[in-house]
Amino acid sequence: MYSPSRSAILVVVATVIGMTSSCARETRILQPPPPGQATLNSVQVSGINPGAYPLPPPPPPNIYEESAYSVSQGQTLFQEYNCSGCHANGGGGMGPPLMDNNWIYGSEPQNIFATIMEGRPNGMPSFRNRIPEYQAWEIVGYVRSLAGLLPSDLSAARTDEMNVKPNPTPSQKPVGITGNPE
Amino acid sequence: MIALSTTTSNLTLAILGDPYHAGQHAALNPASGQAAHIEWLYWLLFWILAIVFVLVMATLTAAARKSVTPVQEILDISRENPGDEGAAWAVGTAVGVTVVTLLVVLVASVVTGKRVEAVPLNNSVTIQVRGHQWWWEITYPNSEPYLTVTTANEIHVPVGRPIVVLTDSGDVIHSLWAPNIAGKRDLLPGIPTSFSFQVDKPGIYHGQCAEFCGLQHAQMGFAIIAESLDQFSAWYRQQLKPAAEPANEAEARGRDVFLTHACVMCHTIRGTTAGSRYGPDLTHIASRDMIAAETLPNVPGALAGWILDPQGVKPGNHMAPNILAPDDLQALIAYLQSLH
Amino acid sequence: MAIAEATVPRESEHTDRLNHTWGRSRGFLGWFSTVHHTDIGIRYMVTSFVFFLLGGVLAGLMRLQLARPNNGLIGPDRYNQLFTVHGSTMIFLFAVPMLFQGFGVYVVPLMCGARAIAFPRLNAFSYYIYLGGGLLLWIGLFLNIGADAGWFAYIPLSGPQFSPGKRVDFWAQMITFTEVSALGSAICLATTILRYRAPGMTLNRMPILLWEKLVLSIMVMFAMPAVMVVSGLLLLDRLIGTQFFNPAEGGDVLLYQHLFWFFGHPEVYIIFLPGAAIMSTIIPVFWRRHIFGYTPIVVSVVATGFIGFGVWVHHMFATGLPQLSESFFTAASLMIVIPTATQFFCWLATMWNGRLQFRIPVLWIFGFFFIFLIGGLSGVMLASVPLDIQVHDTYFVVAHFHYVLIGGALFPMFAGLYYWMPKMTGRMLNETLGKWHFWLFFIGFNMTFFTMHFLGLRGMPRRVYTYNQNMNWGALNMMATLGVAFMFAGLVVFLANFLHSREYGPIAEHNPWKAGSLEWATSSPPPPYNFPYIPTVNGREALWEAAPNQPVVSGIRDDVPEVLVTNSLDADPEYKEESEGASLWPFLTALAVSAAFVGSIFTAWAVPIGAVPVIVCLLGWLWPRGHSPSPRMAEKWSQ
Repeated sequence: MYSPSRSAILVVVATVIGMTSSCARETRILQPPPPGQATLNSVQVSGINPGAYPLPPPPPPNIYEESAYSVSQGQTLFQEYNCSGCHANGGGGMGPPLMDNNWIYGSEPQNIFATIMEGRPNGMPSFRNRIPEYQAWEIVGYVRSLAGLLPSDLSAARTDEMNVKPNPTPSQKPVGITGNPE
Repeated sequence: MIALSTTTSNLTLAILGDPYHAGQHAALNPASGQAAHIEWLYWLLFWILAIVFVLVMATLTAAARKSVTPVQEILDISRENPGDEGAAWAVGTAVGVTVVTLLVVLVASVVTGKRVEAVPLNNSVTIQVRGHQWWWEITYPNSEPYLTVTTANEIHVPVGRPIVVLTDSGDVIHSLWAPNIAGKRDLLPGIPTSFSFQVDKPGIYHGQCAEFCGLQHAQMGFAIIAESLDQFSAWYRQQLKPAAEPANEAEARGRDVFLTHACVMCHTIRGTTAGSRYGPDLTHIASRDMIAAETLPNVPGALAGWILDPQGVKPGNHMAPNILAPDDLQALIAYLQSLH
Repeated sequence: MAIAEATVPRESEHTDRLNHTWGRSRGFLGWFSTVHHTDIGIRYMVTSFVFFLLGGVLAGLMRLQLARPNNGLIGPDRYNQLFTVHGSTMIFLFAVPMLFQGFGVYVVPLMCGARAIAFPRLNAFSYYIYLGGGLLLWIGLFLNIGADAGWFAYIPLSGPQFSPGKRVDFWAQMITFTEVSALGSAICLATTILRYRAPGMTLNRMPILLWEKLVLSIMVMFAMPAVMVVSGLLLLDRLIGTQFFNPAEGGDVLLYQHLFWFFGHPEVYIIFLPGAAIMSTIIPVFWRRHIFGYTPIVVSVVATGFIGFGVWVHHMFATGLPQLSESFFTAASLMIVIPTATQFFCWLATMWNGRLQFRIPVLWIFGFFFIFLIGGLSGVMLASVPLDIQVHDTYFVVAHFHYVLIGGALFPMFAGLYYWMPKMTGRMLNETLGKWHFWLFFIGFNMTFFTMHFLGLRGMPRRVYTYNQNMNWGALNMMATLGVAFMFAGLVVFLANFLHSREYGPIAEHNPWKAGSLEWATSSPPPPYNFPYIPTVNGREALWEAAPNQPVVSGIRDDVPEVLVTNSLDADPEYKEESEGASLWPFLTALAVSAAFVGSIFTAWAVPIGAVPVIVCLLGWLWPRGHSPSPRMAEKWSQ
């Protein structure tokens, strides 16, 4: 026979679960924390380390790439700040593609953040002061999601823009490093 | 009917104790012919339906009083059902009256619909309204690009001239609604539509997004500013000009702050290098009464608060917080306040 | 012999055998394996009532936030989840499961004079699936994955670009759960009504409630697929990047609205018709006479079922469709007033010529008339295009549909609960507390929702989490919020009444109201086999019109769970068949299906992988077990 105490227990259990946990991927950071003093280039691209200096401490995680909302914000900003003007929708154009696995300046969040903030040779401008840090981190999250570096359920399956497909040309030679080995 | 509606307004006023003073934001305080037609229909239907309500409730009360049988023991059912013949006649009549009433409502509704849509279109002013999360992009299109005006959130219209509104949306569905002026119209991405109205009384009429559009749906307001043709033309000519040049050092520094900080990523100020269209056009920001989609008054304090902490005022909106040095902020506000 | 003497069970070898054949096994497994319709019906009611209370708490929170202008209690992110989950809960997890499935599953087989519902395992499966959908939505809310795009989740706001994360996916998948459940119930109920009626209960003698459940079941079968298609397409867009609703790729945002409201408006009648059915059932009982106008009422119900599918565009008048088509839908929307008005007039005529004996359900009948009438009349305003474009998506509409849905569904529901609770629990509810419950709820309801008409006319849109002080909406909103306190007090009184009366209330006889339909021919609560002997029927109100020597059906075996199948029109006995007995498979299948549904929110692989346990469970469910019940002609019974 039905006993209402069972459903009562169920409700209590659900409430307790709810109070003790909530889904990080659904967190929406509407009020960004004040900008931190992000040490740029603190993540090394290669494992080579000069002399007796210890490896720098691991960088703090990018809280903005743990939330689907922030990645989505990054996607909007990527369009609105005209990142797509050079990188297209990740497929590359005047700038290198972002959907593939070739990273000239590293794929860690801090590397990409530094790229946005400081700019890079051969065309990538610096957006320091122009893009607030938290928005840059959101864009970092989106860029990494383009390359498949984030879990797929953090990024949108499509945008409301025209459908884009990855650039059919396999990969681009790294540009911007001085000296040609050939 | 006008006398009737005045009486009803007074009645409503007595019930609510909150006067419908001029400018009161309400569907029943029309400032245009279109809203007036709808108000007429409202009161017509209101009285018809009120009579229906009273009749049905009176019948129910009478039936309950007539039939109540205060006996403790539950009565047995008889096989005869006395009164069914009379009831058949009464129900038949009532259904017939209902059908006739509905026909009246239908005719009144269709006629009013035609009257609402019958705006003469000669000498009309065309306004393009494009919805964004969570502000309104207002364009006065012109075949000559240099005669096109772009502004945001405040729609200036001349009194007594037909206005054609072209609607569109840049992201999700919004709905343009100023109850004193006209019924609402959804702004649908990919499906442009148009409607028209003509404002009869000068004034500032508040409007608000009526289709749920996300986090800041509640504070996506706009205003329709109806003014005489002369005032409108003067405003229009002013809006056509590029932004005012800085008149002093503080304003010049403010412009530098604008062009070297995050502002420039989203906003346009015509006459400068700022040309992004993600946020509202600020070329003549000082000519507007309100900022942040009619959320805050356009005064230095509110402007400063908005620039520093927009997420505190409207959580989730797309304006980024700006950490500016006090001097920079002062200069920026001085500059923005000079953009008449 | 009088019919109740044969159909109210009493101790005998016959009932012992029936008890053994139909009784449920004890313990945990018995609890999950029972498929009897009274168990499942009560579970539907209790579960949906819990969801109703939870949804009410959300409404209370929203009213607190709106009590004052610029209130900072709840931010927009939470508020949007609150109203979305509130609306979705009340529609999908409360109104339909309570009124269509709860009352339907419990009452319909009893009213048919049947021993069981048709396809009892499918019926049990439907319940578990419904429960799964409800838990999905609510656990999501607690985990901050509460849907936040509104209960109709318009595209593109609900699409992948503007609703990141899994919130809308949870909502859309909840739709899938509840619609699968509703479809299952519709099949069970329609089959029961058409094939399980007691001999003599021809279509022309069928109680109006059965007519309405039949029409409802058919409406569900036609309306629900539309919403399953639309939520399915939305899920595909969101999960694997299809382009159904992408305007840039030629997708149409209005297509979504058309499909949604093609379901959404019939849904309103799916919620209202059970309320009307309860009215048509209860009014004759308390006015001590037959219902007036059986035929017009039945015709009205069937007409509602048809016209209900022709009015959906009145939800879209503000989108700027051509005026001619809008006028067509105005006419259709006005036309549906006619059948509803006809039912009203027939009820009034019944009352006029009846002899009212005042009990608690009567209060709720009066409340229904008052409130539903206001809602129906403001609905006439909304059917008119020019008026609708003013008040569409404002608090006027919020007021309207709460008057319609609470008036047309909740008030009849309470009338029905006070009426049938003695049948379900075997005890009467306290009448004094019943009056307190009614008046607190009635006053609170009108305080809250009548004020909303004014708010809407003064320009307050729906779904705003705050409003500015200078809009002058504060006083009315405060009043609306205060009304909620009254409603909550009323519900607390009801719960107290229910919990107390269930244990200590006066014992209910088998027919405490001296009602005429067959569920009152058996004991309260009914035994697991419903009736020791299947009754036969002589008129529209089986018990009122039973002959002094009304026969019962004999020849139904009591050592196997046999049910009598009659033909659809005349309810002549055709054959006996064995009903499906208790089984754990419906529960296990529901678990497997739920796992596949929930998994598919996260990865498309959940569909092929999740299908494996579903197939295994279905094999277990459908595996032939020795003897197959072959249809046999019913034996003649003694006249």
